Amino acid sequence: MNLQILEKVDEIIDKYGREKKALISILQDIQEEYNYLPRDALFRIRDKVGVPLTQIYGVATFYNAFSLKPRGRHLISVCTGTACHVKGAGKILEKLERDLKIKSGGVTEDLRFSLESVRCLGCCSLAPVVKVDDDTYGRVRQDELIKILSRYE
Amino acid sequence: MVKLVIDGKQVEVEKGLSVLEAAQKIGVEIPTLCYHPAVSAYGACRICTVEVIRKGWSRLTAACTYPVQEGIEVKTNSDKVKKARKLIMEMLLARCPNVKAIQDLAKKMGVEKTRFPEENEECILCGLCVRVCQEVIGVSAIGFVNRGIERKVTVPFEVQSDKCIGCGACAIVCPTGAIKIEDIEDKRRIDIWHTELERAKCKVCGRYFSPMATIDYLEKKGIEKIQEFLNLCPDCKRDVLINKLNKVNYSSSPVKFSNF
Amino acid sequence: MSKKITSLKDLDELREEGLKSLYPDKTKIMVGMATCGLASGAKEVFDILCQEIKKTGLDVKLNSTGCLGYCQKEPLVDVIKPGWPRIIYQEVDGEKAQKLIENLAQGKIWKESILAKMEEDEFLILDEKKKYLFDPNTGLNGVPSYFELPFYHKQLRIATRNCGFIDPASLVEYIARGGYYSLYKALTEYKPEEVIEEIIRSGLRGRGGGGFPTGRKWYYCRHAKGDIKYVICNADEGDPGAYMDRSILEGDPHSVLEGMIIGAYAIGAKEGYIYVRSEYPLAVVRLKEAIKQAEEYGLLGENILGTGFNFPIYINRGGGAFVCGESTALMASLEGRVGEPRAKHIHTVESGLWERPTNLNNVETWANVPVIIARGADWYSKIGTEKSKGTKVFSIVGKINNTGLVEVPMGITLREIIYEIGGGIPGGKKFKAVQTGGPSGGCVPESMLDLPVDFEELTKVGSMMGSGGMIVMDEDTCMVDIARYFLSFLQDESCGKCTSCREGIKRMLQILTRITQGKGEEGDIELLEELSEVVKDTSLCALGGTAPNPVLTTIRYFRDEYEAHIKDKKCPARVCRDLITYTIDEEKCTGCMRCLKECPQKAIVGEKKKPHRILQEKCIKCGICYETCRFDAVKVE
Repeated sequence: MNLQILEKVDEIIDKYGREKKALISILQDIQEEYNYLPRDALFRIRDKVGVPLTQIYGVATFYNAFSLKPRGRHLISVCTGTACHVKGAGKILEKLERDLKIKSGGVTEDLRFSLESVRCLGCCSLAPVVKVDDDTYGRVRQDELIKILSRYE
Repeated sequence: MVKLVIDGKQVEVEKGLSVLEAAQKIGVEIPTLCYHPAVSAYGACRICTVEVIRKGWSRLTAACTYPVQEGIEVKTNSDKVKKARKLIMEMLLARCPNVKAIQDLAKKMGVEKTRFPEENEECILCGLCVRVCQEVIGVSAIGFVNRGIERKVTVPFEVQSDKCIGCGACAIVCPTGAIKIEDIEDKRRIDIWHTELERAKCKVCGRYFSPMATIDYLEKKGIEKIQEFLNLCPDCKRDVLINKLNKVNYSSSPVKFSNF
Repeated sequence: MSKKITSLKDLDELREEGLKSLYPDKTKIMVGMATCGLASGAKEVFDILCQEIKKTGLDVKLNSTGCLGYCQKEPLVDVIKPGWPRIIYQEVDGEKAQKLIENLAQGKIWKESILAKMEEDEFLILDEKKKYLFDPNTGLNGVPSYFELPFYHKQLRIATRNCGFIDPASLVEYIARGGYYSLYKALTEYKPEEVIEEIIRSGLRGRGGGGFPTGRKWYYCRHAKGDIKYVICNADEGDPGAYMDRSILEGDPHSVLEGMIIGAYAIGAKEGYIYVRSEYPLAVVRLKEAIKQAEEYGLLGENILGTGFNFPIYINRGGGAFVCGESTALMASLEGRVGEPRAKHIHTVESGLWERPTNLNNVETWANVPVIIARGADWYSKIGTEKSKGTKVFSIVGKINNTGLVEVPMGITLREIIYEIGGGIPGGKKFKAVQTGGPSGGCVPESMLDLPVDFEELTKVGSMMGSGGMIVMDEDTCMVDIARYFLSFLQDESCGKCTSCREGIKRMLQILTRITQGKGEEGDIELLEELSEVVKDTSLCALGGTAPNPVLTTIRYFRDEYEAHIKDKKCPARVCRDLITYTIDEEKCTGCMRCLKECPQKAIVGEKKKPHRILQEKCIKCGICYETCRFDAVKVE
């Protein structure tokens, strides 16, 4: 067990008073810290909070916010909400899948990009919308994508 | 006590019972898959769908999770119910076309074939194994993961759980036989849970029987009466019991009860 | 150390402070910085304004504000200068920001890029109007007034009363426009039962989609057995295309808090939870700020307003699951479990969070509460229709000229919303349908545009008002594809517990996918209808229970499109990939080679200045050539 991870995880668990009801919040903080949920962290939560591992693992695999494998350095979120869908979001997602050679939900081999589809970002007047990390791009065209991605290491 | 009508018959049952339980009390048969009296009702399979008429409004609902209420009328076999159950059965048959229990139930319900492309699952996600492990055994070694069409029952990280005691309760309650337990020499294997456990050796005859983990679990329970039998295989256990009862040594008797 | 508010005098003092902040003696500039504003570039505009202000040395107060609703015209920048009306600038970018400041530095109003002017502000809670005092010779006579704009003309902003008017991070500005006066009134003049009575009489119904009478829900919760009760705010707005709640949370968080505190008092609740979906980080920030401020001033937490009433509110973030918008799944999530709904034969007001009586309401519902307490049930019940009182916030998006958020009295027709407020369909295209109610709703065709929008009418035709999302579709939208889209969404979001929803939606989606691929068969429509009925009737929760609606309404109103796909293997709207072909019109093609270079499959051949040709075997129908061509030479059939 990685000591550094354990220390940080303990800190997070204590922040929420080791309460069972804070399980999702605890997992969210860990996800934010490590960009995924390390296996050791889940075992630690079981031991310190007293929730069965099956419940923790069930929660970790149920919600979109969590991943058990490391996510890329940059998260590309393609909005596939209805407004974006009617304005061609599907084609944008496919182009990204082709160019990055991964499927939606996956990570590039070099861990540079994670690709996901989200519904909805609430910027419907700018459909189709693509978000990379904290930057939102509106009225995106397929031929602009490579340029947008080149800004992210 | 609550008064209701099931298929035209007047029934009076205790408050807190489900419509399914009330129907069973008066011998009205409603098909089930995810229901088992040993664990809580879950309402996942939907095969126990019945029609309930309350305050003039009719709706379909799962009998196992609908609490009895004063004055309701339940129809367990109306056309609407039959139609719904058949389609649900068709969906289950498409999911598990090679599972005997599903084939049998389908045939019984008059569902000959399915119009949907067939898959090849054995598990119907009824959750009985999960519930028995959690509620009866209390170890929660297995659970649901993912959601939607990716939902399945498994052990965390797909590796053997350190909580599993190998008791086999999950296999006993499973309605489709998806959980297979193999006892081979000194090991018990439950491949679906990636589990292999060591079996204990009988103190008297030396044969392997229950997993050691199950014995430890029972020991920890601290039930006085069973302590002396914990390290005996079922046959020797019976011998000891019979001896106790009759104070006669039957160990040389030609009759032996075989392991089920 | 802030002073805790315990009297009307305290509130009035803070109100004064707030009014000075809203209408300072110097020029004030507000930039719309809700998520939609930010996505349009409002942050850059804000920074440039800041820079320019420093450069010119002007004494200007620069603030951020929430969403005024006219998202199409974002970034919106407001200038409030003593002696002028409030001026709202539209589609502001760096250049325009500079011009604005340049003019201001010379004491002039920059007259370009103005959306509207506002001559007076309305304080809905206090039933007051505040006029901007200005010289009639400012030369803005040609500029339309805010209320004259077709977009705003029919609106009545109750839940969104402060969005775009206050700095959401300012408690005193909230109080200045009447905030927390309702709370004071409720706690000091009303008994809890009287508050419930008022809400019942107002006719307020849940705004999250269910439409259950709010007052009655509060009543049941109050009378449920148990000492510990909870109130919850459902901020898990999941319908794609709906962002009304986000707007309120980001632009006016205190309105939700005030509503919840009043509700908790009425019900006798011990704690409150706001469950915000994880995709709304800014909303979480604003709420946390607001809670901290409210606690500091004694409006929340211990000894509220000195009355001895204790009530804290906690924020929980969702984990990313649409199903958690369902109340029992939401509560499971709050308890740290997966978002699996349970059958609601025993209502959550009797047994909800941790099996205790729980009252759950939507963001918009809570935001209405302070107004009802302030203006009274009689006033409120005069707005709307007989069974649907009050207003509703709608998001109008899709193929519409004026995308944005609008709040209108219920009973307004779809036609008014789409054509008068929404400005009709862009590009001269023909209206086809409007999807209301999200994945639980359905598509309404042109023939039904005169239907009034409320809780009852849309449901009668197979759709529903839902949470307020309205997605407008034109002739280029394929309705079969739309049905497939919604089912695909619901398949991803289904929790998977019950057979009907999990297997039923899967099988319906398989059929629809086949149809869009040109592999539809005779009998598919009937099978879809059969599946729809059973999924609707036997699913455990409303996700499965309403999943067939988009399919059923599109079959009902656009059956011809289904038949074209199945029988003729054609997609009339030219959307379904396997049923269309991209070709180049040789007469229009100039041979510029742009599409050739962009084609990812190298499926276009041709020489410079000679007409190009698409090799159909290689074409994957990605549409890049169509987007790239400047000469309209690429045709889709």
